[in-house]
Amino acid sequence: MKDTDIKRLLYVHLLCIFSIILSIFIPSFFLENFSVLETHLTWLCICSVSVTAVNLVLYLVVKPNASSKRSSLSYKVTRFLKCCIYFLMSCFAFHVIFVLYGAPLIELALETFLLAVTLSTFTTVPCLCLLGPNFKAWLRVFSRNGVTSIWENSLQITTVSSFLGTWLGAFPIPLDWGRPWQNKYSVWLMVLTESARETINQMKDHGVTSEWRFF
Amino acid sequence: MRKISVLLFLAWVGFLFYAGIALFTSGFLLTRLELTNHSSCQEPPGPGSLPWGSRGEPGACWMASRFSRLVLVLIDALRFDFAQPQLSHVSGEPPVSLPFLGKLGFLQRILEIQPHHARLYQSKVDPPTTTMQRLKALTTGSLPTFIDAGSNFASYAIAEDNLVKQLTSTGRRVVFMGDETWNDLFPGAFSQAFFFPSFDVRDLHTVDNGILEHLYPIMDSGEWDVLITHFLGVDHCGHKHGPHHPEMAKKLSQMDQVIQGLVERLENDTLLVVTGDHGMTTSGNHGGDSELETSAALFLYSPTALFPSAPPEEPEVIPQISLVPTLALLLGLPIPFGNIGEVIAEVFSEVEDSQPHSSTLAQASALHLNAQQVSRFLHTYSTAAQDLQVKELHRLQNLFSKASADYQRLLQSPQGAEAALQTVITELQQFLRGVRAMCIESWARFSLVRMAGGAALLAATCFLCLLVSQWAASPGFYFRPLLIPMAWGLTGALVCAGLLATTGLKLDSVVLGAMAAVGSLLPFLWKAWASWGAKRPLAALLPMPGPVLLLLLIRFAGFFSDSFVIAEARAAPFLLISLILLLVAQLHWEGKLLPPKLLTIPRLGFLTPAGPPRHNGTHALGLGVGLLLCIRLAGLFHRCPEETPACSSSPWLSPLASMVGGRAKNVWYGACVGALAALLAAVRLWLRRYGNLKSPEPPVLFVRWGLPLMGLGTAAYWALASGADEAPPRLRALVAGASVMLPRAVAGLAASGLMLLLWRPVMVLVKAAAGAPRTRTVLTPFSGPPTSQADLDYVVPQIYRHMQEEFRGRLERTKFQGPLTVAAYQLGSVYSAAMVTALTLLAFPLLLLHAERISLVFLLLFLQSFLLLHLLAAGIPITTPGPFTVPWQAVSAWAFMATQTFYSTGHQPVFPAIHWHAAFVGVPEGHDFTWLSALLVGTNTFASHILFAVGCPLLLLWPFLCESQGPRKRRQPPGNEAEARVRPEEEEEPLMEMRLRDAPHHFNAALLQLGLKYLFVLGIQILACALAASILRRHLMVWKVFAPKFIFEAMGFIVSSVGLCLGIALVMRVDGAVSSWFRQLVLAQQRAGEHSSLVYTGAGSSAREAQSHLLPPCSQDLLASGTSLFYNSKS
Repeated sequence: MKDTDIKRLLYVHLLCIFSIILSIFIPSFFLENFSVLETHLTWLCICSVSVTAVNLVLYLVVKPNASSKRSSLSYKVTRFLKCCIYFLMSCFAFHVIFVLYGAPLIELALETFLLAVTLSTFTTVPCLCLLGPNFKAWLRVFSRNGVTSIWENSLQITTVSSFLGTWLGAFPIPLDWGRPWQNKYSVWLMVLTESARETINQMKDHGVTSEWRFF
Repeated sequence: MRKISVLLFLAWVGFLFYAGIALFTSGFLLTRLELTNHSSCQEPPGPGSLPWGSRGEPGACWMASRFSRLVLVLIDALRFDFAQPQLSHVSGEPPVSLPFLGKLGFLQRILEIQPHHARLYQSKVDPPTTTMQRLKALTTGSLPTFIDAGSNFASYAIAEDNLVKQLTSTGRRVVFMGDETWNDLFPGAFSQAFFFPSFDVRDLHTVDNGILEHLYPIMDSGEWDVLITHFLGVDHCGHKHGPHHPEMAKKLSQMDQVIQGLVERLENDTLLVVTGDHGMTTSGNHGGDSELETSAALFLYSPTALFPSAPPEEPEVIPQISLVPTLALLLGLPIPFGNIGEVIAEVFSEVEDSQPHSSTLAQASALHLNAQQVSRFLHTYSTAAQDLQVKELHRLQNLFSKASADYQRLLQSPQGAEAALQTVITELQQFLRGVRAMCIESWARFSLVRMAGGAALLAATCFLCLLVSQWAASPGFYFRPLLIPMAWGLTGALVCAGLLATTGLKLDSVVLGAMAAVGSLLPFLWKAWASWGAKRPLAALLPMPGPVLLLLLIRFAGFFSDSFVIAEARAAPFLLISLILLLVAQLHWEGKLLPPKLLTIPRLGFLTPAGPPRHNGTHALGLGVGLLLCIRLAGLFHRCPEETPACSSSPWLSPLASMVGGRAKNVWYGACVGALAALLAAVRLWLRRYGNLKSPEPPVLFVRWGLPLMGLGTAAYWALASGADEAPPRLRALVAGASVMLPRAVAGLAASGLMLLLWRPVMVLVKAAAGAPRTRTVLTPFSGPPTSQADLDYVVPQIYRHMQEEFRGRLERTKFQGPLTVAAYQLGSVYSAAMVTALTLLAFPLLLLHAERISLVFLLLFLQSFLLLHLLAAGIPITTPGPFTVPWQAVSAWAFMATQTFYSTGHQPVFPAIHWHAAFVGVPEGHDFTWLSALLVGTNTFASHILFAVGCPLLLLWPFLCESQGPRKRRQPPGNEAEARVRPEEEEEPLMEMRLRDAPHHFNAALLQLGLKYLFVLGIQILACALAASILRRHLMVWKVFAPKFIFEAMGFIVSSVGLCLGIALVMRVDGAVSSWFRQLVLAQQRAGEHSSLVYTGAGSSAREAQSHLLPPCSQDLLASGTSLFYNSKS
């Protein structure tokens, strides 16, 4: 059981990385003047959409947690709506936190909000997929000894290192290199995605170590 | 004794830091006094007739002008070898092809074609080789150091006499184009100017192309007497690519074309000077004192013949500042007063005149004028400052008077003294060179040994702080070993100093201090190594690396990047916010944030936290969010450092008086007064909540009446200050008088409040009150000797109750039924109440020194430190028997907050950003108290350092204070369930800060630990600054960013450490007063012959005043000396 879980985990994360990489290259076939640095906002949108989609599809396919007992349509719809509301709320919460962190309130509001959306896709969406719109379960996962399965463990690590990556992304802002992306906060995103990849690598390591531990 | 030793130890650690800072500073920062005297035409530098009777000539000054116009082309970082002529390869060696060699071909050709018109020199530059210092040198002829201690720190404008000033005062039209640094140095001096930003060193062409656009049109228009151009391309190219880059070749070729174009346009009365202000290293940087940095090219060209002889094979090496007196005399100007350069003698030869004698005489007279001027400067300087060597000074003065006498004698009998004139010239040159050497010795040399020694001392002291603070937190800590090595070391150092003094060796006081520091530090570390290192590994003593240390490390590393130093105003809040979020996350991770029922799931391995959480989750979360909001709001009061182009300072930092709109002014004034009132109300509310407002003690009376009075005074002062111009003329004098007196009154009130607080620091209400009947019902009999601790815990209150009954009976002989207790209210917050009162009293004078609208920041400051303390207290467990610890995150957050507040009160660590208006608060106009102004400005600048350092002990006290907010129910001792059943609603009042008094040893150890941790956090900042300044002493920004940062950090550290010691001393004073208060109480009751019961009441009791509770279980220790008297007399 553990073994298959770890394998599934590995593939899920590999696909996530793949989707990020694809989101860099694919749009340039359809959109003119697309580049990660120049049209960073477009890329952000595409990236978060693709990651969300991949996450959703994968979790629907893999189904790491046992499916709920009720499966009526109305239940599913309310659940989906609840998920959407949670996602939006997390976007706004992140936006507020960024502003409190020092992002300008009015200028660059779009950039900041897109960053919040991206961060949400990397943190909230997996939580929603795995734990559902159940805030108590989230709180449980992110406290000491609150993890029950390897999926939750992976969730914990990815989310925390996404936050960490975003945090690290703020460091180049004051440097006087005179690059435009420094001021646009998109660097947050750069390092964020970097961190997501890093995270996933870490995850693989983690998966390998836990695999090693189990056998 | 323990208290004394804690204070002594902290003072000693402070002294170690100071010694390190002083040693480093003496090696790094060289100082010089700036004189503001000016030379003038009418006033020759010394006695003796001026040559050629030039005084009568129009336009001539000390000397007849040789050129009426000048073109000065300053090419930033034009190193000597960039301009050096390439010898034709006669020796057959292959030519070295470097991108920067031989690119100034036109220069080389003109040197070959017109040897009597042009000359190339290697100009030797004095360090620091940074542009601003070089520009000062090139115009004043002096040796600018980093700190030119002058009258005016507020701007970079040159206050000393200089060429540009002399030019404008003689009515020449000076046109400038190029680097905008000149605008800072000579504001408004140019008749026409084209400034270009020098900030972006990656931009090679903007400045140069901008100059070229204007250069030739201006030159052809003829509306100028002196044309100065400052090209930056070469310097920027060096910074960006280094000299070994093809781009450098292009840039130099462009400069060559510029020079060619200029030479073609020159007229006969014009002199062309092409020079570099400094050189560059092989990597293209400058600032230090290496050979390549200090050699610059200097090229002179005149359309008429200027030089009597052909140029020497190898260009002559001359000091850079020689240019100043040479240009001054050639243009017929007085030599700037502070010049110590020597004229280039050969340009003063009479070329047309074939007589060798008159040519030599001309050189000698120029040199003599120069020497007279230098001698006059030396005389003035040595009376104003003492940093020149006396012996050398005497020798030079003698040399000068001899040479001068010789010269005068030769002037009287001019015939046939060619050889004698040559001797005079040599003597004068000797004098001038001697003066320069002496000045360099004392003004312009880094001492690497001192810098390294200072940094090492700082590092060792930081390590000591870390070690001892960890040790003080361990249970086996005792005070004795702290003082012994220190005493030995200090004695040794004193003996050493005494010996040195008796043997007559003169030693710098800085070195002496450093020796004393090392002498006392080494035995201590050795002892520590020997005693603790043997028993357990040293690594066990060091703290575990955690996220907090990572944040500290990031802060440490940030000092090494000029960008981060400039952006610290935003980096410090960033780190602080991260730390706060980390704290909240940690609380959640530990399961303390939210009630456990949310988290518990029936599962193995889930440990519920040991006790119930003391705070509910929304509470801590709300604290965190409030903190973030406060920090963000405080960040709105942000002042931009000068270097950031796309940044605008907050408009709210200016005083209200500078506002135009009357309505907006009124609104703002209302907001400021509102902030003041809110601050006062908050403090009163806090004191009332903890009940300290009820005491009849004088400090409490002061808080009740004096604080509002101070607030009123402040508000009135603001009103007067902001509306002073609108006052009717009749009241002007009154307004002026009041605006001087009001700040003094407020400061006086604050001082008297502090004195009162020091005199009677115990704000406790002692009240003989009728107890609630409930208290009496508790009186259950107990018989037999107590057998266990639990019994004892039960018995002691019973004894008290018994005594209480008796006492009551004695006092109220007439009616026995009324129970009486002596209730001491609010002992639980006695320490913090004194601290908070002291901080509020301190805040008022500080508030007055700032602009009005900063009062909002002060309100935020109090609010956010209150929230932070609460948040921290949520995460700190109370270990009742001790040892108490103050965690690193608390101390770090406190230090971050101090930094953040420094910036949000509108300060920046650069000299032009100092709030100079603070010097005039409460001081009448036209005063002359320089020390008072310095004190006021310093207090204004380091206000946040003072407040946070003094308030530091709150970090230790607050968790105990917060105890009262937790659930009241505490575990009963196992022995008295029965009693618990008897009085189910009877709750124990929390002991709060009396727990600290319970364990005086641990209390003192915790204070020591707190002080050392805070000193450590501050110490690594100053260490980082020192290291950054010494490692990056070649950096472009060293004098603009790193050195000011170091000075501000050092000053801030000194202020903070003094404040910290004062804060801790205040807590100890309160502690002592509480002890004596206990003693008095006990004695008083002994005198009464009977025993009373003593009742503590904690927080919340103020509401239901009469509900008093009996002594809690651990009261035996509590009343250390006093109660033992009780017991003794009883048994």
